[in-house]
Amino acid sequence: MESYSRRWFLGAGATTLITAGLTACGSGSGSGGSGDTLTAMVYGDDAVKVQSAAVKRFNASAAAKKAKGRIQLEKVPGSDYPAKLRTAMGSPHAPDVFFNWGGGSIKAYKDAGQLVDLTDTIGSDPVLKSGFLPSVLAAGALGGRNYGVPMRGMQPVMLFYNKAMFAEHKLQPPTTWDQLLDNNAKLKKAGIAPFALGGADVWPELMWLEYLVDRIGGPQVFEKIKNGDSSGWGDPAVLKAAQTVKQLIDDGAFGQGFSSVAYTNKGAPAVFAKGKAAMHLMGSWEYSTQLGEFPDFAKKNLGWCPFPKFDGGAGDIRNVVGNPTNYWSVNNRTSNKDAAIAFLKECASEQYAKDLIANGDIPTTSNAAKLLDAAPNPEFARFQYEMVQQAPAFTLSWDQAVDPNISTPMLTEINKLFVGKSSPSQFVSALQGLK
Amino acid sequence: MSSTVSTGTKGRPGQGVRAGRPHAAWALPGVLFFAFFAIAPMALAFYLSFTSWNGLGDPEPAGLANWRKLFNDPRLTQSITVTVLLTVVSWTFQTVISLLLGVWAAGRQRNRAVLSAIFFTPFLLSSTAIALLFYSLLDPNFGIIRGDTFGSTSGAFLAIVFVGGWQFIPFHTLIYQGGARQIPEVLYQAAAIDGAGRYRQFFSITLPQLRNTATTSSVLMIVGSLTYFETVLILTQGGPGTDTAILPYLMYEAGFKSYDFGYASAIASFLVVAATALSLLLVRLTGFGAMRSTREGM
Repeated sequence: MESYSRRWFLGAGATTLITAGLTACGSGSGSGGSGDTLTAMVYGDDAVKVQSAAVKRFNASAAAKKAKGRIQLEKVPGSDYPAKLRTAMGSPHAPDVFFNWGGGSIKAYKDAGQLVDLTDTIGSDPVLKSGFLPSVLAAGALGGRNYGVPMRGMQPVMLFYNKAMFAEHKLQPPTTWDQLLDNNAKLKKAGIAPFALGGADVWPELMWLEYLVDRIGGPQVFEKIKNGDSSGWGDPAVLKAAQTVKQLIDDGAFGQGFSSVAYTNKGAPAVFAKGKAAMHLMGSWEYSTQLGEFPDFAKKNLGWCPFPKFDGGAGDIRNVVGNPTNYWSVNNRTSNKDAAIAFLKECASEQYAKDLIANGDIPTTSNAAKLLDAAPNPEFARFQYEMVQQAPAFTLSWDQAVDPNISTPMLTEINKLFVGKSSPSQFVSALQGLK
Repeated sequence: MSSTVSTGTKGRPGQGVRAGRPHAAWALPGVLFFAFFAIAPMALAFYLSFTSWNGLGDPEPAGLANWRKLFNDPRLTQSITVTVLLTVVSWTFQTVISLLLGVWAAGRQRNRAVLSAIFFTPFLLSSTAIALLFYSLLDPNFGIIRGDTFGSTSGAFLAIVFVGGWQFIPFHTLIYQGGARQIPEVLYQAAAIDGAGRYRQFFSITLPQLRNTATTSSVLMIVGSLTYFETVLILTQGGPGTDTAILPYLMYEAGFKSYDFGYASAIASFLVVAATALSLLLVRLTGFGAMRSTREGM
C-alpha cells in the first residue's frame, strides 16, 4: 500500500506540474476494489448505452449474486480517455475492468503486470471461446495471449463514395489502383476533389498508408513492425506506399487545404456529403456520422466498397485494416476476479449483440450474422460483417498496434509526409530511427 | 529587496513606522498553498526528470538520460526557435495595438466606454472556445478565410499569433488604459501651452510616462508566451510537421501522448528554469525591480 501512495503522489505531482494543475489527478470516483462493487471504466460516447444496459442486466443476474459482485460503470468522455486511464491505472483508484483498443494500447499495462491473462479463461469457457470471431479475438491479443474480450462493434476502414456523383460522371467504385487513378483524373477534370481527407487529425492520413502498405507488401510488413522490429519500416512496400501518397497529393487527389480540415469536428464528412469530394477513406463509423449529420446524403447517396487492389502488389483485396473492435481487460489488482470474468461473459450474450445492432454497430460475436437483418441498414451491416469475417488478415490501426512512445512520433512523420515537409525516402529513414 | 520588508517581529528598530503591517503568519495560508501546489510538484517533476517512468509502477532511476536526450533532441532547438519567434512577433503585435487602444480608451471621446467594453469581450472567453471558433472560421471549405492556413508553416504560425493577440490585446489594453489615466493632466496642459501637437505630446509625455506600464505588460506577455498551450493544441497540434511545436506542447506530447513522464518532466524543469531566468532578466534589464517613479523631478 505504501508504494501505491508514493506512486500516486509522484504521479499527481508530475501531472499537476505538467498540466499546470488543470486536469488528470486520477479519476477519483473509482472504488478500487473496496467492498463488492467493481468499477468498469469505459469510453463515454454515444455507444456507451449498450454497456450501461449490460451492467444493469449483469447486476440483476444470478451470475452476479453467485460471484458476490456488482459493476459500476465509470464513463470517461472525450478523446483524452487513454491519458485518463493511464493516470487511473497508476493510482490507488484503478478500475477493475477497463475499455481499450487491444494491442499496443495495453502493452504497458501487461508489462507492468497489471492485466489478468485471459487465455485459459477464454479457452476453457464455451461461452467466451466460441462466442467471438477468432480473428477479432486474436487482433487484440499480445504475443499470442488474450488480455481482452471484445465489447463493441467492429470498425473496419473502407472506401465510401458518393453514388449520385459516380452516376453523373459515369464512374465505377474502383477495384484496382489504375481504376482509382482513372476516376481521379475524370473527377478533377470536372472540378471535384477525388477524396475528402481530415488531415488535421493525422489519423485519417494514416489510413492511406495502412491500406497502401497492406496492398503493396501484404499484411506481414506491418506485422513485423508491430512486433518491435523497426527495420520493418525499411521494407520496399513502405517506401512505395509513401511515394504513392506523395503522387496522390501532388495530383491534388485530396483537394486544397486538407491539412486544415479535421474529421473530429465533422469537417471532412461535410466536404464529402456536400459534394466537394467524391470519396472518403474512413472507418465504418463514417456511416453513423453521416446519418447523424447529413441523413439525406447517408440514406440516398452513400456507397461503400473495399480499398482497391494495388497492381502488382502482394496484398489480398479482402484484407482489412482498422479497429477490429474494443476490448474489456481485467486489472490484476481487482478484488473479485470471478465477478469481473462473469461480467465479461455478458458481452458474448445474444441480448448484448442485439443492443449493439440496434445502436448501428456490428457485433464481433459469431452469432451476429443472423441478427444483421435487424440492423438500421441491413445492407451496410452485412457488407461490413462479411468484410471482416472473410478477411484473411485484419491489421489493427498502426497507432493502436504499436507502443504510444512509437505511435506519437510515427504520426508526426506521417503528417510531415502529407504536408510535404519530408520526402518519401526521408519518411522511411525517420521511421527506421524510431525505437 | 527582502531587507526593506519588515516581518513585523516585535522589538526591531523602525517598528514604530511599520506598526500597521501584518504579522508574517498572515502569509502562511498563501505560502502553504503555493508550496503544496507549486513548489512540491516542481520538486517532484525535477526528481522524475532523473527517472524513466511510463505512469505505471515505480519510476526507475535513469540518471541523466532524459537530460541528455533533451539536449540532443533537434526538436528542442526547433521549439525554442519557434517559442522565441512567437514571443517576439506576438509582443510586437500585441504591444503596438494595445498601447494605441489603451491610450485612446483613456480619453474622453463619445461612446468610448461602450466601445471599450466591446473591445474587452474577447478576454472573457476561454482560450479553448476562442481556438475552436477560429478553427472553424479558417476552414478551407466552409470558413471565411479559404486556403490551407494550417498546412503551411507561416499560415499556422500567424494564425497562432493572431488568435493569441485577439484574446489578450483587450487585457493589455486595460493595463495601458489604467496607466494612461494616471498621467497628470498638467503635463499635457503645459505641453499645449508650449505649442506641442498631439504627436509630440504622445511621444514626449505619454510614452515615457507609460514606461512601467509597458514593463508590466511586456513581462506578462513574454512569460505568458512561454506557457502558451491550448491555442497550439487546438489549432495546429504542433503542425504542420513539428513547425509550431512550442515547448509546452512538446512537454504535453511527451507526457500524455507518449507516456514518457521522465522526459516530459525534464522538459517541464527546463521550462521552469528558462521562464524564471527570463523574467528575472526582464525585471533587471528594465529596471522594474528598482521601482523608480515616472514622476521624478516633478
